[in-house]
Amino acid sequence: MSGPAAEDSAAAPELQALGSCALPIFDHKQIVLGHGSGGKLTAELIDKIFLAAFSNPTLDKLDDQAVLTVNGSRLAFTTDSFVVTPIFFPGGDIGRLAVNGTVNDLAMSGATPLYLSAAFILEEGLAVDDLRRVVESMRAAALEAGVQFVTGDTKVVDRGKGDQIFITTTGLGVVPEGVNISADRARPGDKIILSGYIGDHGMAIMSQRENLEFESTIASDCASLHGLVAAMLDTPGQTSQDFLHCLRDPTRGGVATTLNEIAKRANVGMQIEEDAIPVRDSVKGACEVLGLDALYVANEGKLVAIVAPESADAVLRQMRAHPLGADAAMLGEVVAQHPGMVLMKTGVGGTRVLDVMFGEQLPRIC
Amino acid sequence: MKYLDEYRDGEVAKKIVADIHRITTKPWVLMEVCGGQTHSIVKHGIDHLLPESIDLVHGPGCPVCVTPLEMIDKAHAIARQPDVIFCSFGDMLRVPGSDGDLFTIKSLGGDVRVVYSPIDCLKIARANPDKKIVFFAIGFETTAPANAMLAWQAREQGLKNVALLVSHVLVPPAMAAILGSPYNRVQGFLGPGHVCAIMGYREYEPLSARFKVPIVITGFEPLDILQGTLMTIRQLEEGRAAVENEYSRILDREGNVPARKLVDQVFEIADRKWRGIGNIPESGYILREEFRDYDAEKLFDVMEIDTRESGACISGEILRGIKKPHDCPAFGTACTPQRPLGATMVSAEGACAAYYSYGRHLKQEKSRQGDLVAIGGAA
Repeated sequence: MSGPAAEDSAAAPELQALGSCALPIFDHKQIVLGHGSGGKLTAELIDKIFLAAFSNPTLDKLDDQAVLTVNGSRLAFTTDSFVVTPIFFPGGDIGRLAVNGTVNDLAMSGATPLYLSAAFILEEGLAVDDLRRVVESMRAAALEAGVQFVTGDTKVVDRGKGDQIFITTTGLGVVPEGVNISADRARPGDKIILSGYIGDHGMAIMSQRENLEFESTIASDCASLHGLVAAMLDTPGQTSQDFLHCLRDPTRGGVATTLNEIAKRANVGMQIEEDAIPVRDSVKGACEVLGLDALYVANEGKLVAIVAPESADAVLRQMRAHPLGADAAMLGEVVAQHPGMVLMKTGVGGTRVLDVMFGEQLPRIC
Repeated sequence: MKYLDEYRDGEVAKKIVADIHRITTKPWVLMEVCGGQTHSIVKHGIDHLLPESIDLVHGPGCPVCVTPLEMIDKAHAIARQPDVIFCSFGDMLRVPGSDGDLFTIKSLGGDVRVVYSPIDCLKIARANPDKKIVFFAIGFETTAPANAMLAWQAREQGLKNVALLVSHVLVPPAMAAILGSPYNRVQGFLGPGHVCAIMGYREYEPLSARFKVPIVITGFEPLDILQGTLMTIRQLEEGRAAVENEYSRILDREGNVPARKLVDQVFEIADRKWRGIGNIPESGYILREEFRDYDAEKLFDVMEIDTRESGACISGEILRGIKKPHDCPAFGTACTPQRPLGATMVSAEGACAAYYSYGRHLKQEKSRQGDLVAIGGAA
């Protein structure tokens, strides 16, 4: 026995009690793909490396954006990097993703997105026509979202040192007066609402990557959600905008990971119903073929909302009246029991834990 | 959705569950053989719907779980070689060996690839003539035909740069080992649906007769599992012990004859070591003499690797149905999917990993029955 196993035993007395075992790897010596999956490994990386170095009260909230008060104005500030293969896919491309992803991170604080920056890392040999297509797509997406690119940067790396094109966008927005949305505000009794069908983006990418052909093409749901959020904040019959407690867009790691993040952040439990979760037949079928679970598959145009119970029905109606929320559904509610744990009532009437993904979602053997 | 939602229908499930409750008069211990069935049971919360007197124990049919640690170390030794492209089914990538997993090897520059079908290796071999393509051929009878086809096609196409690291195991010898043990508790089996789709269920008939146990060949959807459970309990309550087929939409007694023939041509039966259980005579496949040029164990000189397992983990008892994951003091504390101590925690289909991912609320629930029944409130 050698290497990490031996170190692990030394570090953890409970392991020694069970005899030294050749198995565990805990602290990775190298970055593995799972560190970027949005699951437990990502959380571990953020906690042990980034938070350890940068910790401060704003960052420690671990929201998708920072909300900062500057000269009396509340600014939402966020950044995101985009790496995707293939760079063009049904329903979008890396450029549209880079605009919508950052706009959505701002929107999840209730902010009105205003300005973006874009940094490009281009691989030597990238076709200029492809770059032009990506940039045109970014222009169109920014126009739709009502944001402007106001600064940027470009670098080129040797062939083989990048994957065609990587884009980082940073966004700035303004949070309206009276809006207070954060993951730690979920409280028992609140309702959990999802804005539409899950898994479309992840399966669109996956089926392109694996060259899978299904009866109907699965298109990414890539969209800017700030319009939907604004409509939700305008829900009629509300005395204030305080009913919207928490918003998250379930990207990497999917709806399951997002619900767990909120449950842990707010130290509450959640109970949802499997039958209430909207999944397209095409996505369900593709997931089945690949041995994946749609609840862990990425979305790029959906949000999860935690809403005060007395406002939930009105918010749901308001969402359904918006094109990006037409298929919105009430999944369940926040509870005081089993804090940090999400339970799901299954279609056949059983109950199970909806866990966080560990690393990469892997297809099963048979 | 066709062929999916029909087998997850809540209303039909309720009827079968009611039938199970109605006919059950005694306590019975049933084992589902396959990891896929265990996964389905815990994922859909099926064990929760059955009478308390029915004890579902989880069988040895998780291919990732029972692949011996030494075989994983051999795989890693091969995958680290600079001129190798190592191909594997996805869920083997995270299984830790003595020093890291395949993801770690990949992060250090090893060329490790996930394939959906072993046949994909042929294309990779043609595109990379200067590399050796090694496929980690693990699994039960289910994956044997596709794995055999890789060796067969490689020979047909004259591809010299393809090899298989074979760790194939067979279900009936494992069931015989469980039933023959003095500690056996299992009174009836949900038989392995996918394995029988290849092999048919002829070879289960002598087992059922010899040990006087009902064996109901069962599928993997929630309604399959419930129907298989109902059929097994019915046999037990009526004092019968026969092989029955719940999965008749997929298989018959003979199985897939051309697939079986191919397997016979490429593989022969040999003794195999099972992780957590030990050596079982005539319980696996190795490549036949005429395919030995494709045997990665010989080509890469890894025959000497022999890793000893920890004796502390109870996965052997779990795989034989003697204990359950919750019976292990390390479950969910010292042993988790992130830091697995043994076989049944390493794969998503392993009983411990399935309990951890989907069922770890059950232990606390036992102490406050009914609390979770009112899960309502959702639309």
